[in-house]
Amino acid sequence: MNFPTSITYWSHFVTIAMFALGLLGFLLRRNAIVVLMCIELMLNAVNLFLIETSMRTNTPDGIILVVFVVTVAAAEVAVGLGIILNLYRLKGTVNLDHFKSLQG
Amino acid sequence: MLSSSHILVTMILLPLLGSFLNGIVIRPAFAKRAGVIATFFAASSFACAVFLFFSLSHDVKAINWSTNWFTVGEFHQQWGFKFDALTAVMALVVTGIGSLIHLYSIGYMAEERGPSRYFAYLNLFLFNMLVLIASDNLLGLFVGWEGVGLCSYLLIGYWYEDIDKAKAGMKAFLVNRIGDAGFLIGMFYCYQIFHTIRFDEIAQLLATSSQFDLHLLNIVAFFLFVGASGKSAQIPLYVWLPDAMAGPTPVSALIHAATMVTAGVYLICRMNFLYMLTADANVLIAWIGAGTALFAALIAMAQSDIKKVLAYSTVSQLGLMFLAVGSRAYFAAVFHLMTHAFFKALLFLGAGSVIHGLHGEQNIFNMGGLRKKMPGTFLTCLIATAAICGIPPLSGFFSKDTILFSALASGSTQSSLLWGVALVASTLTAFYMTRMFVLVFLGNYRGEAHPHESPWVMMLPLLILAVGSALTGFLGVPHGLHFMPNLMGHYLASVLVEFPEQATLISEHAAMFVATGLALFGISVGWFFYSRPSRAESAYKVLKPMHLIFSNKFWIDELYGIVFLAPFKAISSFFSSFVDPTVIDGLALLPVRISSGVSVIINVIQSGLVQFYLMILLLGGLWVLWSSLKGWVI
Repeated sequence: MNFPTSITYWSHFVTIAMFALGLLGFLLRRNAIVVLMCIELMLNAVNLFLIETSMRTNTPDGIILVVFVVTVAAAEVAVGLGIILNLYRLKGTVNLDHFKSLQG
Repeated sequence: MLSSSHILVTMILLPLLGSFLNGIVIRPAFAKRAGVIATFFAASSFACAVFLFFSLSHDVKAINWSTNWFTVGEFHQQWGFKFDALTAVMALVVTGIGSLIHLYSIGYMAEERGPSRYFAYLNLFLFNMLVLIASDNLLGLFVGWEGVGLCSYLLIGYWYEDIDKAKAGMKAFLVNRIGDAGFLIGMFYCYQIFHTIRFDEIAQLLATSSQFDLHLLNIVAFFLFVGASGKSAQIPLYVWLPDAMAGPTPVSALIHAATMVTAGVYLICRMNFLYMLTADANVLIAWIGAGTALFAALIAMAQSDIKKVLAYSTVSQLGLMFLAVGSRAYFAAVFHLMTHAFFKALLFLGAGSVIHGLHGEQNIFNMGGLRKKMPGTFLTCLIATAAICGIPPLSGFFSKDTILFSALASGSTQSSLLWGVALVASTLTAFYMTRMFVLVFLGNYRGEAHPHESPWVMMLPLLILAVGSALTGFLGVPHGLHFMPNLMGHYLASVLVEFPEQATLISEHAAMFVATGLALFGISVGWFFYSRPSRAESAYKVLKPMHLIFSNKFWIDELYGIVFLAPFKAISSFFSSFVDPTVIDGLALLPVRISSGVSVIINVIQSGLVQFYLMILLLGGLWVLWSSLKGWVI
């Protein structure tokens, strides 16, 4: 339970704030594009945390991981936007309350 | 080696085989031959009956055959058949007249499309009737009893496309159920008392022991009589028989006049050893018989349908037979049963011939003058009418006289009263039969059809039955007219109890003269009024209220409709409109309602919204995190 005292607290706050904002937006917003953007926000919050940790511990692992995350996020956005475009074609809206087919 | 008992079984099974052939095996291919096949099997059965009749003698009182049927606890039931004198008489009548009516049916049903079904039913009826009369125990008799009821139902509703005819069949079936319930109760009591339902054993027990409670015996007698009164159309269960005329006319002749309806009389004669002891039940039987005889004769006077007249006449004659058994004159009942089978079958077949010749016309007021157009039918019906009216020396005279006299001589306190009622009934019989005969055969033809005489297959049975109606009376010449011995009485003496003579020869002769005189009086009245239509018209004007009552059959059907049917229908509709949809369905649907109510609540969770699911996932994840870190943090 001994954290080093040289931790730069401000970067933690930013990370947590970004992630929390992303999570809240993801849960509460109804526009599919905004939801997708919120997911990106959470991913980037994690990225920021990874970079910060990597710098603090002087290891490259976090930074390498960030490169992968950014790559995957780009692919994910491409797929996600494609899905949203198709959803819009299907129903004429991107409001997530209108997509209930999981109810059966 | 073919023994007599094998012939007995063959006699019973031959009609079943015929029914099987016509009904199941060769239905489409030989439809035109159906009547010939059926008649062949009926006639073969008759041949067996004749053979068995001649194999009975002083030494051989009965022919037995039996095999195991089932065992319940200590109750061993057998399929047992016994051919004794009473069965012989019944079997000869059933198969003999049955064969003639089969033959007649070939002509009568010639225009039907598929008479196979008809002949299959007719043969099945013969089989069941033979089971009924040949069984040596009550249960076997009951099997035949129900079987003939079934065939009666099937044949009344033979033209089932006509809803009225189908309903008439149903009415016959349902009314008979009431009687059958009585029969069953009587049979159960019988077993309770005697621990057997075989006739021979009951007779032996009653003969050797006097420990039986007379009250209980009366109850048995009463319930068996309820069964008999259902089958034999006595008050209050007679209502089905007039409606049963919806069936084809040969069926009315065979089942509803000659054989099946006499099963009740047969049952009581078969149980005569019991009924000899039950004085109270006998009073009831005698009164119901006499009452039915009079009541039905009154109704018959005002009917315009030829078959309805004959139907009520049958009810009336059956009443006379019950009067005889109620007076313990079992021989008189069987004797009248036999002669009645001949002349009533003949009358029905004659009516069938008339209906056939007039292409379905049944109203006697649209007939008339058929004497010249149908001479054969006219002559044979003349004999039958004279026989039923009681003109000596035709058969009806002897048998009716035997009944009337035995009612008078039975020795009970009301015997003269019963005799009087029966006398009035037979006078009325003479009247309405003359009325019908005159309206149908004499005068001028009033209808529009073109009458023609029936083919020989129909005339031959008429002729044979006419000979029978004329001559069978000599088989049972009463004591009073001792010009020849009472052949049938001696023959049946081994089975039926001899009824005690309590009157003198002079009173017997006097009774005979009174009866014959009144019959002639009835005939002359009928002749007087109906030979000139104007006289009948003027009489009708005077007697209009009575005619209204008689032609509406005393409104008995309507009364039953109000008293029994209406409450029954009300209860039924209450159950069908309230109890079933509300209570029964409600109870059945209760689990459904409960589970669907619960699922409505649970359904809320499955919203289909991904974000809602993720919210719950998150909360769950937080809870897992919290509970795993809880101990660690604190």
